[in-house]
Amino acid sequence: MNMYAYIIRRLLYVIPVLLGVCLIIFVIFNVVAPDPAFLLLGRHATVEQIASLHHELGMDRPLFVQYLDIIKSAFTFNFGYSWSSKQQIWEMIKAGAGPSLTITVPVFIISNFLSISLALLVAFYRGKLIDKAVLLISIAMMSIPSLAYILFGQWFFGAYLGWFEIAGYEAGFPNFIPYTLLPVMLYVVISWGPDTRFYRAVILDEVYQDYVRTARAKGVGELSIMFKHVLKNAMIPILTQVILQIPFLILGLLLAESFFSIPGLGGMIIKAINTSDFPVIKAMTILSAISFILFGVITDVMYTLVDPRMRLK
Amino acid sequence: MTTATETMPITRPERRKKPRSLWQHAVHTILTDKLACTALIIVGVYFLIAILTFLGVFASNWNVEVAAAYSPPSMDNIFGTDFLGRSVFFKTIKGTETAIAIGLSTSIIALIIGTTLGAIAGYFGGIVDEIVVWFYTTFSAIPFIMLLVSIAFIMGKGTTTVFVSLGLTSWVGLCRIVRGEMMKHKDREYAHAANAIGAGHLRKIFKHILPNISHVLIINFSLTFEAAIKSEVILSYLGLGVQGRPSWGTMIDDSKLELARGVWWQLAGATLAMFIIVLAFNILGDALRDALDPKLKGK
Repeated sequence: MNMYAYIIRRLLYVIPVLLGVCLIIFVIFNVVAPDPAFLLLGRHATVEQIASLHHELGMDRPLFVQYLDIIKSAFTFNFGYSWSSKQQIWEMIKAGAGPSLTITVPVFIISNFLSISLALLVAFYRGKLIDKAVLLISIAMMSIPSLAYILFGQWFFGAYLGWFEIAGYEAGFPNFIPYTLLPVMLYVVISWGPDTRFYRAVILDEVYQDYVRTARAKGVGELSIMFKHVLKNAMIPILTQVILQIPFLILGLLLAESFFSIPGLGGMIIKAINTSDFPVIKAMTILSAISFILFGVITDVMYTLVDPRMRLK
Repeated sequence: MTTATETMPITRPERRKKPRSLWQHAVHTILTDKLACTALIIVGVYFLIAILTFLGVFASNWNVEVAAAYSPPSMDNIFGTDFLGRSVFFKTIKGTETAIAIGLSTSIIALIIGTTLGAIAGYFGGIVDEIVVWFYTTFSAIPFIMLLVSIAFIMGKGTTTVFVSLGLTSWVGLCRIVRGEMMKHKDREYAHAANAIGAGHLRKIFKHILPNISHVLIINFSLTFEAAIKSEVILSYLGLGVQGRPSWGTMIDDSKLELARGVWWQLAGATLAMFIIVLAFNILGDALRDALDPKLKGK
């Protein structure tokens, strides 16, 4: 009973958070942001031109109505039109989602699989040389900015050695692979450091728990402790980390997409930033926040169903 | 018999030795850890370079043409030159000042917002807590990069933008932790004792409880610091970076056009400089956590 009350409360909490996200976006773009009139019409716009543009963009209406508009767009996905390409934003998002997913999904699967296995391995040999070496390499790898990886990788493997396509994209299943190979590999390398370190810490947190000592006292073998006892308990933080990465799959890989000319959402965001395309930035911010909130709720509800400890709280 | 009388005076005072306080234990742990010590020294050297460049002792002439444009590294210019023939080495050194300034401003802004909100929420609870929790939940629902870009965007290009926007987006983690710690500590005996001698809310929060959770603030400070240095690269790439003075981010961003001509030294110089300090901060942060976290004490 208590559990269902919690789940309902958690689901209802989505509403104030969503309203809050819309409020922040509203304050940033509709209240504080500089007047877009000069940007769109140039410096020599007349007063009438500015007024008609304000009317066209709905900026002459009361602020409260503008806020309601943002909330409405969060539910209807009707984000209006891009200022630079004049296309409907929802159509642009639908077109960009496919190419983005062709690189984010492989990165997501490969990097999580690799780093979780590696974390289990080094947690098993904790304190030994291999553990220390992997930890140091992980920290070293995460100390290099991602832009440096991409710049170097594209130049060295793409241009200098000529092993991969430098840039471009082709739609359709086998056709995109040569273009996505290098960005996927680079992002696996980029996320290798932070992921391995995180999963190792999570697993080590469990290794020192009392139940592990009890299991050892009963005579359970080390391998069995690792996979049957520790992994099962560490699964909760691991799954949270994995699930909370999903909303970012939709956001695309900002840097890689613009460097490798992949027509995805990440590249679209970069282009929107460079051309001061407010509606596109607004739409992507709302969309990514919505997916982030939804996946947050999904993880929380799953916990209450799976973990008895959560129900008692 | 003689051996017993000899060993007695040695073991006895050791047993009586006062247990070390948390801070003494922390300092001892870090000083005996060679890796953490090295990291501490490296961070210190970077700060020193930053202060000296700020005072104009080093690299004040970074803006001067020293050789032909795009000269490769040589004995005269160990990191080569950029498109205006300026020394990449001097730019890297001058960039240290920018990086340290960004790290400091970001961590200080994040520290002020995060600690204040977290402390108020955790201490007062009730409706205040609800509002603060709602605020940071909302804030963290927007992906970091989108929020950063939006804030940087409306503030316009410029150095202040970088300093402020990174700070405004980096406080949520600290706020969450401070709130949790505050809730734990406000019902401890010492807090009640402070209450009994007539301490007000502010005095209790700042004088009694915050010093007891300061390890959280220190660990978070070092994490925010290095994250800010790395985030500056993305802002520079988006054209929202610092203007009018060299930074590692703009140097890395510049190299996107240079690599095609085989000019790799600007990327290498800036990345190397950033790599060393971020690595040092990461190691130091880990060591600080191990040394200061009471739960891990003695493990």
